Amino acid sequence: MEVELKEMLEDLEALKRTLSDPSHHDSIAKLQQHVERISDLAKSVPSRRSKVQDMSAEVVDSNPYSRLMALQRMGIVENYERIREFSVAIVGIGGVGSVAAEMLTRCGIGRLLLYDYDKVELANMNRLFFRPEQSGMTKTDAAVQTLSDINPDVVLESYTLNITTVKGFETFMESLRNQNFRPRNGDGGVDLVLSCVDNYEARMVVNQACNELNQIWMESGVSEDAVSGHIQLLVPGETACFACVPPLIVASGVDERTLKRDGVCAASLPTTMGVVAGLLVQNTLKFLLKFGQVSPYLGYNALKDYFPTMEMKPNLQCSNAACLERQKEYILTKPARDAAAAKAKMEMEASSATEIPIHADNEWNISVDDSYDIEKTDLTSSSDALPEGLTRELPSADEFQILPVPEETSTSIDDLEELRRQLEALNAD
Amino acid sequence: MEGWDPNTKSTLTKIPLLTTKAGPRDGAAWTQRLKDEYKALITYTQMNKSNDNDWFRISAANPEGTRWTGKCWYVHNLLKYEFDLQFDIPVTYPSTAPELELPELDGKTHKMYRGGKICLTVHFKPLWAKNCPRFGIAHALCLGLAPWLAAEVPILVDSGMIKHKDDAASSAGS
Repeated sequence: MEVELKEMLEDLEALKRTLSDPSHHDSIAKLQQHVERISDLAKSVPSRRSKVQDMSAEVVDSNPYSRLMALQRMGIVENYERIREFSVAIVGIGGVGSVAAEMLTRCGIGRLLLYDYDKVELANMNRLFFRPEQSGMTKTDAAVQTLSDINPDVVLESYTLNITTVKGFETFMESLRNQNFRPRNGDGGVDLVLSCVDNYEARMVVNQACNELNQIWMESGVSEDAVSGHIQLLVPGETACFACVPPLIVASGVDERTLKRDGVCAASLPTTMGVVAGLLVQNTLKFLLKFGQVSPYLGYNALKDYFPTMEMKPNLQCSNAACLERQKEYILTKPARDAAAAKAKMEMEASSATEIPIHADNEWNISVDDSYDIEKTDLTSSSDALPEGLTRELPSADEFQILPVPEETSTSIDDLEELRRQLEALNAD
Repeated sequence: MEGWDPNTKSTLTKIPLLTTKAGPRDGAAWTQRLKDEYKALITYTQMNKSNDNDWFRISAANPEGTRWTGKCWYVHNLLKYEFDLQFDIPVTYPSTAPELELPELDGKTHKMYRGGKICLTVHFKPLWAKNCPRFGIAHALCLGLAPWLAAEVPILVDSGMIKHKDDAASSAGS
C-alpha cells in the first residue's frame, strides 16, 4: 500500500508540473495532502512485535516483560523467567478458558495447549476475549489468532476435538504425554492442566486422563445462575479427585427440580467469569513459580462476596480405579515423604540454632517457659481426634488398607455376535 | 423415581439391569458390558413390540460398539414423526451417561445442546448417576429419550418448527 501511495504522489507532482494553468494547482495540492495523510495512517497500523530471545528486566517502554520481571525485584518471585519452561493445557476455551489463556499468554508462559470443539457465536459476546468478527471460527483457531498477536513468544498448540469421545480422548492423552517442548522425568509432557469446561461429562474425562497420567490439574466452574464459582487443585492420590465426591444432587437425593428451573438456558456474566479466570490463573502462577500459598479449593459467592476455602481428602471408596491406584502410591510413599519433611525441618532448625542470640545480655533474667511449647504440640497432634460420641464413617487414610476384591462375576456364555444378530433381527421388522 | 408415570416405572423394572462396570477402554470387561447392553436392548425392544409401543431402532455403528445409530419416532395427533438418532459411548462410561443426539432437530429447540444433544440434565442424569453401573443404553432411551420426545415433539409440531413428512412433501410439491 505504501508503494502505491508513493507512486500516486509522484504522479500528482508530475501532473502539477505539466499543467500550465495555475488555477488547478490548489486542487492538486489538496489531493497531495490527502494522499500524505493516508500514507501516515498506513504507517500507524500496528505491526506484529518480533519474538524476544530472553526476558529482560530493563525498564523501557518497548520491553513486554519489564513489569513481570519486577516481581523478582520486589521479592515476590524468585525466578520469573522460569515461566518460559512451563506448559499449560487449557481444556475448554469458553468464558473462563479463553480469559485464562490470554492471562497466561500475557505472562509469557512457555507453551499453551488449547482444546475445544465449539465455534464462536454472537451469543458468546457477553463474555470477554472473543470478538464479533470471529463468530463462525472454531474457538481454538480464533484463540490462536488473538493470542499469537498478543505474544508471539508463546508456543500455541490447538486441538479442535471432543475429548469425551474415544478417539478424542486418545488424542488428548497423547498430547498431554508429548515431551517435545521440554524433556522431563515421568510420563507427563505438561506442568498443569486447567479444566475450564462447562459440563459434568467433560470434567469426568479430564479427571480420568489426569488420574491415569498422575497429572496435577485445576478445575474451575461458574454456576448456571452466574453468581458463584470455584477453583480447585487436584493432585491425584493426595487430594480428592473429581469422582471422589458425587455431585450434591446425586449424593443427597433431593429432588433436582428444586435446584434447576426447567427450560432456562444458563446465565453468564463477564464479571464472574473474569473473576474465576483470575483466581484460576493466580493459583496457577503461584503453583508454577512457587510463591505464596496454593489454594486447594477456593469458592466465590458473588452475592455476598464470600470466598470459602477448604481441603478435601481422597475417597477410599472412589469409583475411579485410577484414583485408587494413585491413592495407593501416595500412601506407600508416605514414610519416605515424612522422613524428607522431618529432615528439612531439622535442617531449618539447625540453621536457625547457629544464629547468634538476638539479645546478648538478659538483665531481667527473662526466660521462655518450655511447658507452653509442649502443650501446643500436644494440641496439634490431637487435633484429628473427635469429641466424645462422634465417630468417623470412613476409615482414616494414613495407612494403606487392602480393600476386599469383589468376587469375579461368572463370565457369560453368550456370544457377542449372536446378541448383535438377535437385535438386528428385531430391528429388521 | 417420584414423578414418573406408572407405565414408565413398570417398563423400567422389566429391563434387565447391567452388572459390569466397564467403559470402551476396558478391553475384555467392555465386551462383557456390551453383551449386557445387547441383552437389555433386546428385552426392551421385544417388550415394546409386544405392548404395541415400538418406538426406536438402534444398532452399533462400529465393531467396538462405541458409536450407535438408528431412528426413533413419536406419534402426535395420529401422525408419526421420525428422527435420526445417534450417540457416542463416552470414555468415562458408565460413570457418565451417553449424550443422545437428534441431529435433525439441532437449532429447533432450546432444550438441546449444540450438535443436537438433547438436554437430559434435569430429568435423567441424576437418576443415571445414582444407578451407575446398573443402567445402560436401554435405560437411557427409556428414561432419557422417551420423556424428552413426549414433552418436546408436541411443542415442536404445534409451533410449526417441524412438519410431518407428508405435509412437507405436499407443500414442497405445490
